[in-house]
Amino acid sequence: MTMLSEFVAGGRRVAAHRPAPRAVVDAATWHQAAQALGDERATLFGLWGERDAAHLALLDDGTGEIAVLSFACPDRRFPSVGALHPPALRLERAMRDLYGLVAEGAPDTRPWLDHGRWPNSRPEAAAPYDFRPAEGESLHRIPVGPVHAGIIEPGHFRFTAGGETVVRLEERLGYVHKGVENLMADATLERSAQLAGRVSGDSTVAYAIAFARAAEAALGVDAPPRALWLRALMAELERLANHFGDIGAICNDAAFALMHAHTGVLRERVLRAADVAFCHRLMRDGVVPGGVARDLSPEGSVAIRATVGEVRRRFPALIALYDNTASLLDRTVGAGYLRPELARQYGAGGYIGRGSGRDFDARRNLAYAPYDELRFTVPKRGDGDVNARVWIRIREVEQSLDLVDQILARLPQGATRIELPPAAGACEGLGLAEGFRGDVLVWLRLGGDGRIVRCHLRDPSWFQWPLLEAAIEGNIVADFPLCNKSFNCSYSGHDL
Amino acid sequence: MRKYIFEGMIRRPLTEGAPKPGDAATAELARAVEGAARRRLGRSLSIRAVDAGSCNGCELEIHALNNAFYDLERFGLRFVASPRHADVLLVTGPLTRNMREALERTYRATPDPKWVVAVGDCAVDGGAFADSPACVPGGIGAAVPVDLHIRGCPPRPTDLLKGLLALLDAQA
Ligand code: SF4
Repeated sequence: MTMLSEFVAGGRRVAAHRPAPRAVVDAATWHQAAQALGDERATLFGLWGERDAAHLALLDDGTGEIAVLSFACPDRRFPSVGALHPPALRLERAMRDLYGLVAEGAPDTRPWLDHGRWPNSRPEAAAPYDFRPAEGESLHRIPVGPVHAGIIEPGHFRFTAGGETVVRLEERLGYVHKGVENLMADATLERSAQLAGRVSGDSTVAYAIAFARAAEAALGVDAPPRALWLRALMAELERLANHFGDIGAICNDAAFALMHAHTGVLRERVLRAADVAFCHRLMRDGVVPGGVARDLSPEGSVAIRATVGEVRRRFPALIALYDNTASLLDRTVGAGYLRPELARQYGAGGYIGRGSGRDFDARRNLAYAPYDELRFTVPKRGDGDVNARVWIRIREVEQSLDLVDQILARLPQGATRIELPPAAGACEGLGLAEGFRGDVLVWLRLGGDGRIVRCHLRDPSWFQWPLLEAAIEGNIVADFPLCNKSFNCSYSGHDL
Repeated sequence: MRKYIFEGMIRRPLTEGAPKPGDAATAELARAVEGAARRRLGRSLSIRAVDAGSCNGCELEIHALNNAFYDLERFGLRFVASPRHADVLLVTGPLTRNMREALERTYRATPDPKWVVAVGDCAVDGGAFADSPACVPGGIGAAVPVDLHIRGCPPRPTDLLKGLLALLDAQA
């Protein structure tokens, strides 16, 4: 029996939770699970609350086994996971802000998403934020944001620097908190799916897939095969567009605008093909619970094929340009080094984890359809710097091009959407999708009326933002934009 | 790199012709822009983008305006890093309560004459997030005066371009 199944067996199993098991456990098992995370015998996959319970999702990286443990807390207190496993700390602070659950024994109880500006804010959230001190001779502090110089999302960075070198970075996020989970409570599946697709615009397809899979799991149905393949097609186009954008933007932040101009063209080509194929440049609202909203038109597949061909012709020269420009590599190699131990501890997904040796990709490790039938490799490196994260993206672009080819060649015929059955009583589902940035997790509970009771959406950025603080240490302040861009965490996905 | 620079000189540019300014946008602006302001500014505008809680979808399309296909700068429109250099604030998102003060301060830091363009369904009226207690009811307009609305989720780059060109036309 695996450790995770032992945890589940030690509790009261919840019947209508699919596909992974969920069990309500006692304080002892909860503590053991937190300890297992702290000892890195399992990876923290999610931690969220509701009125009277805390839920903890654990992942076995190797086998892909997932379990959800719940701790009933009618008194709104639960034993802190963060006390044993720091990656849980910000999640616990958010649980306090949004659901009033207190993580007992947590070393950090500062408000996180609550800035003291909501109608129901906690009084202590209105106090000036207590940034951690950094002491030493002639250190100075640089506050940046929430409004930044570029066209990017808002967040606050507090640098402490000794001369040019960053001694400490502390992030303060939450500025774009829109209350998405709150809006979903008691909403229809249709409305909630739209909200899920608006959690992080760059990952709208990934979120929509994760949400749809959670809803379908809860209802015990499967989307038709053609729909699953079309979802994967959209997901790979989304990955391509974002990786092109990122590769260019990283080089641009190293003052190499030529790359940015060229990858910008490739990105635009992908978005235009997506527009022809799925009637929206970002493919928003294309994936719905039960299938996909629109079938792929013949012009759509022509447009996608043409784009793939164009990218194949142009991209190799750009890779060579990156690889042969010493002044550019001088900026990216060695900058923003993320230690593999930290990537593993935080369960960092996407190019951040894979650039620092964490060999995890939900498409392969959790092998959801149609990826179980597709051929692709997951690139991995151990050097953990900005350069590594660029190369992971480059290799993933190549893989995605192959995947798009395979999908178009083997796209099954048939229906693209099924009618969802009415919910037979309360039921719960867990859904995952590998977005360009990493794994997106969605958990939801449906009521007997088919409406959402509680839905939680966990962005990969939760386990990546804290690592940026570590990666920037010892770099010069001027390299922050470069390092930050190489992480490209989502503000909106995190703030929710 | 030399190869790219050489090719750039001989290849046909990708840049598209300018779209016609949107009629609705022109009408809205004709009302909004004051004659005095028109004379004070030349035919070039500096734009400062402010994210007031967007999902980042609108930002992606604003970014696209800078790519070779849309090439915003050929119209004399450019993005600047500070509101103190800006004539236009391009504001996205439903206006979260946590961003309200930052938006108001950015607006105050922008010298007169200035215009505010609300970009995206969220910015117009809260969009998908309209009923959230975490957002300010009424979208961007609840905190700062809005001169032009550009709808869409997100608006296409051509829609953004139409709106911004209307802004230029109205002040020329
Ligand atoms: S209008 Fe749409 S794309 Fe723009 S911020 Fe709102 S949800 Fe995102």
